[in-house]
Amino acid sequence: MLDDTKPASAGQTVTDIALMELQNITLRFGGVVAINDISFDIRQGEVRAIIGPNGAGKSSMLNIISGFYTPSEGQILYKGAPRPAMRPYEVARTGVARTFQNIALFEGMTVLDNVMTGRLTHMNAGIFSQALWLGKARNEEIANREIVEKVIDFLEIQNIRKTPVGRLSYGLKKRVELARALAAEPSILLLDEPMAGMNVEEKEDMSRFILDVNDEFGTTIALIEHDMGVVMDLSDRVVVMDYGKKIGDGTPDEVRNNQDVIDAYLGVAH
Amino acid sequence: MLYRTAGQFKTSYKADQALFPVKQDAILLGVILVFAWVVFPLAASEFTFQTLLIPILIYALAAMGLNILTGYAGQLSLGTAAFMGVGAYACYKMVTLMPWMNPIVAILLSGVFSAGVGVAFGIPSLRIKGFYLAIATLAAQFFLVWLFEKWAWLYNYNASGAIQVPNLEMFGVYVAGPQADSLVQYYVVLAIVSVMTMLCINLTRGTLGRTWKATRDVDIAAELIGINLMKSKLTAFMVSSYIVGVAGALFVFMWRGAAEPNLFDIPLSFRILFIAIIGGLGSILGNYLGAILIVGLPVVLGTLPAALGVPIASSMVEHINVMMVGALIIFFLIIEPHGLAQLWRLIREKLIIWPFPH
Repeated sequence: MLDDTKPASAGQTVTDIALMELQNITLRFGGVVAINDISFDIRQGEVRAIIGPNGAGKSSMLNIISGFYTPSEGQILYKGAPRPAMRPYEVARTGVARTFQNIALFEGMTVLDNVMTGRLTHMNAGIFSQALWLGKARNEEIANREIVEKVIDFLEIQNIRKTPVGRLSYGLKKRVELARALAAEPSILLLDEPMAGMNVEEKEDMSRFILDVNDEFGTTIALIEHDMGVVMDLSDRVVVMDYGKKIGDGTPDEVRNNQDVIDAYLGVAH
Repeated sequence: MLYRTAGQFKTSYKADQALFPVKQDAILLGVILVFAWVVFPLAASEFTFQTLLIPILIYALAAMGLNILTGYAGQLSLGTAAFMGVGAYACYKMVTLMPWMNPIVAILLSGVFSAGVGVAFGIPSLRIKGFYLAIATLAAQFFLVWLFEKWAWLYNYNASGAIQVPNLEMFGVYVAGPQADSLVQYYVVLAIVSVMTMLCINLTRGTLGRTWKATRDVDIAAELIGINLMKSKLTAFMVSSYIVGVAGALFVFMWRGAAEPNLFDIPLSFRILFIAIIGGLGSILGNYLGAILIVGLPVVLGTLPAALGVPIASSMVEHINVMMVGALIIFFLIIEPHGLAQLWRLIREKLIIWPFPH
């Protein structure tokens, strides 16, 4: 479906260097084991999909990567070094940006302000400079506005930049959320069901944007998605989870022909 | 017709981020400032200064402080009056311990004390939110008023238990105390409130403002995009309490002239919360509109019947006032939860495209 939108050069940016390595991750909530001893890596420049039936632990995995959950066991190697236990905002400052399954935009702000919040990790003018709107604060505001405008142009949302987010449609909100994440210029971009609830046209747009981001900025992307057509077309490699365990890992073709994956999705006679 | 943005093109982001991207807004503000700095002082009587101009400015400043915390950062507070009290008592202690101190410096420094106390009482906000936080700030309210009453050092062990503003001089002019002139006091209040408003506008439209609004709207998402919630909430408490503290010092030193501990009790907290809600949470302009309404309404109600020759007892006026304020709050919560400032915003939008509806 989306093959023709994927440029011929796609894949060139993919390297063999692991940007993030998850080693033997286990996550327990009391007696419930949400993730059971899962290891995989995300390579520099690739689009990595995480798929699996409902309740497989995909979102928990993303929450671990973005620092919202701390794994009960296992460790995360990020940019070659083990990542210590961090608060989520500290993880964000290391270059991890994400979008949310249920849109989590700041409804009281305009699109522009929402996308500008993505730049907060890059802005550090002091409170007095900000209060006086002089020097550093002012220059920072303008410099970051320029970067934000590039993202806004890229995602084609120029016409709504001054619109309060609350007035936008669902599809546009998803796009604004992507803009906010992109504005942070992340090393790794986590997308939690970027196409949930969209119609075919919106899905095609979103797929195009994801591929363009990967292609033009070389951003590494990890995404969760239920639409198999999209996953198979977009991603370079796929991890399949079921009941908190990893049951498949490889290129879309390998995964598609993996018997465990077929069983998990289609069910199997006992 | 007059309010048109057509032809006002912006060619740089700097111009787009200017304080008044629309020319007419700048002109309107200029007119208001001329009135505030020149026309009112020339025309106003002692009565107008004391019942309208000075209290409106002080209440607006206090509401602005609360608005930073509740409207921008989303942390509900019911302890505003107590933080005002901290500012007032801190100012009183400073000018009595160090009589050589410039009164304006003392007023501005008194905010530092309330900021410290505000941060301390803001710490629960890291774990609790919404109504539960409101109850925690209510604890601050009760505790601090109790402290003002029991800690005799605060009011210099005088028999009455109240603080009395001494005559304070600056460049040979009395600015506070029984001998101070209302005109001078008005200018002091106006200058401080104007500067504070300017700083608040800058803070709320910049990085810090976006941090606060993000914390208010979706705190979990805010943390995941790199906002340190602790820092965001505590700076909100700090800035808010600073402003409220300065408002408290002005309240006693530039207006009331004396204060008992129970002046800073819950009714004052609620009064300021009403101003912020009626004016519009998350707006700077709204604080002024709210203060004009809440302070001005009783004055209008008190003078209008007499002017029209309608005989109404003053106690009746008081009752009508209370009823109207109550009705207005309910009216605004239902009709326009974003307050008077939102009404102004809608009027602006309509004016820009007038006479077309869309």
